[in-house]
Amino acid sequence: MSEADTAWIETALTSARPQAVGALLRYFRDLDTAEEAFQNACLRALKTWPQNGPPRDPAAWLIMVGRNVAIDEVRRARKQAPLPEDDQAISDLDDAEGALAERLDGSHYRDDILRLMFICCHPQLPATQQIALALRIVSGLTVKQIARAFLVSEAAMEQRITRAKAKVAEAGTPFETPGAVERSERLAGVAAMIYLIFNEGYSASGDTAEIRKPLCEEAIRLARLLLRLFQSEPEIMGLTALILLQHARSAARFAADGSLILLEDQNRSLWNGTMIAEGLALIDKAMRHRRSGPYQIQAAIAALHARAPTPEETDWAQIDLLYGALEVVQPSPVVTLNRAVAVSKVRGPQAALDLIEPLAPKLANYFHFYGVRGAFLMQLGRNDEARIAFDRAIALANTSAEAAHIRMHIDRLIRDNQPKGADGNPKQGTKAK
Amino acid sequence: MLYAILCYHDEDFVGSWSKDQDEAVMKKLAVVQDKLTQQGRLGPVARLLPTTAAATLRKEDPPLVLDGPYAETKEQLLGFYIVDCKNLDEALDVARDLGAVNPGGAYEVRPVGVFRPGGLSA
Repeated sequence: MSEADTAWIETALTSARPQAVGALLRYFRDLDTAEEAFQNACLRALKTWPQNGPPRDPAAWLIMVGRNVAIDEVRRARKQAPLPEDDQAISDLDDAEGALAERLDGSHYRDDILRLMFICCHPQLPATQQIALALRIVSGLTVKQIARAFLVSEAAMEQRITRAKAKVAEAGTPFETPGAVERSERLAGVAAMIYLIFNEGYSASGDTAEIRKPLCEEAIRLARLLLRLFQSEPEIMGLTALILLQHARSAARFAADGSLILLEDQNRSLWNGTMIAEGLALIDKAMRHRRSGPYQIQAAIAALHARAPTPEETDWAQIDLLYGALEVVQPSPVVTLNRAVAVSKVRGPQAALDLIEPLAPKLANYFHFYGVRGAFLMQLGRNDEARIAFDRAIALANTSAEAAHIRMHIDRLIRDNQPKGADGNPKQGTKAK
Repeated sequence: MLYAILCYHDEDFVGSWSKDQDEAVMKKLAVVQDKLTQQGRLGPVARLLPTTAAATLRKEDPPLVLDGPYAETKEQLLGFYIVDCKNLDEALDVARDLGAVNPGGAYEVRPVGVFRPGGLSA
């Protein structure tokens, strides 16, 4: 078997994974057993598929084989007989099973996957454990891959996942088919988990962006999968659109030295056009439902940025309105802070500053608050106050890229504050007060 | 005789391709396409965005817009248009106009991801 063949079989296994593990979980009601059964089925697939060709329905094949292997193992353990050779134990599961598997009932498909995702975003788990568990169980990333993406040691990640699994087992999970209300609650939880995975990858700094990109790509894959299961849910369209539109800019977000490039300074030709097209198509469709929600509104904002051929052509007035709508459905000082940027473009820096001043007590430790505040003050020519805000931002910066970005602002201030030479470039004087 | 070749595949599978795998496939397809182009035998080539990006207009009165490719399986794909539109609303307007003169069935409106016009004159 060539390396390329193995890669394609692995892709088939990855794509079948949520459905297969979901169905095995329904049989065995235990994450570890389901996962182990799936892994055994995968080993079997790696042996037989290259010879016999892949089955017509890989997921059904994996479910059937995984279930039989696990049942065999339970029987064997019960008899306490010495373990026979792998091949002998499962020799009766040959292609006859493949044919059977193809007739497997597909009606549970959607609920199985939703249940699998739902278990991973169990509300009793902290966000980091939810994400780790989902990447392990639903996506099938190795502990090593997940540890790398989170920039922690393999041992620490192993422990995090083991703890999450123990908590899930302890909490007990409802396995009955969810009703309409329950399903929509679960759906919201699953959407939030996918969003978290994406943000984990998106918030990377320049030097970790490449390492964490797989998190964003996996979040997109999961969002598309969820949307295929719930094709008429506008918020799932919104979520998928949002992360596609954000990720479309990834090639333009960092300079060669790892520093962050602001939206308005990004080289738009580096944006991924196909991803933008898909995101725009989805948000267009979502809006027709007239049931807006936070993901849709955020996606609509991202869409306005994506649609502008140049930064100057950005429809800031519309963005201001959308942030206003977001403040209603999801009030938060951070949303207001973002809105202030749009307000500054539409009504000037003073109006924007007035909007964010009341947020100071709530955002006293928030890096972006001081960065944005400093920028408004700078535009108003209040350079000393701007400098104080930027200094505070640097102290609160989470990544070296953030700090470097603010330092660039400060350098600009220092440059502008220098006594003007004969060329007389009175930048301060022309600023509107 | 012109033949349309319609591409079907499992979206779960294609969606799990890595960027490298996807690019490798597209590169190999381009080789086949280039050969046909040189022979003057290739018309338009389009890669569609995922089915989740599609909307379907049922040509009832009034026409009904649904999410996704929900055209019933008893209906068969009989042809397709490629139309340049600003957004989904505009595309649906075109579909509505077409539907008004061609009753029954449905139109799936599916954004195109890649389009090459080709050089074939039918």
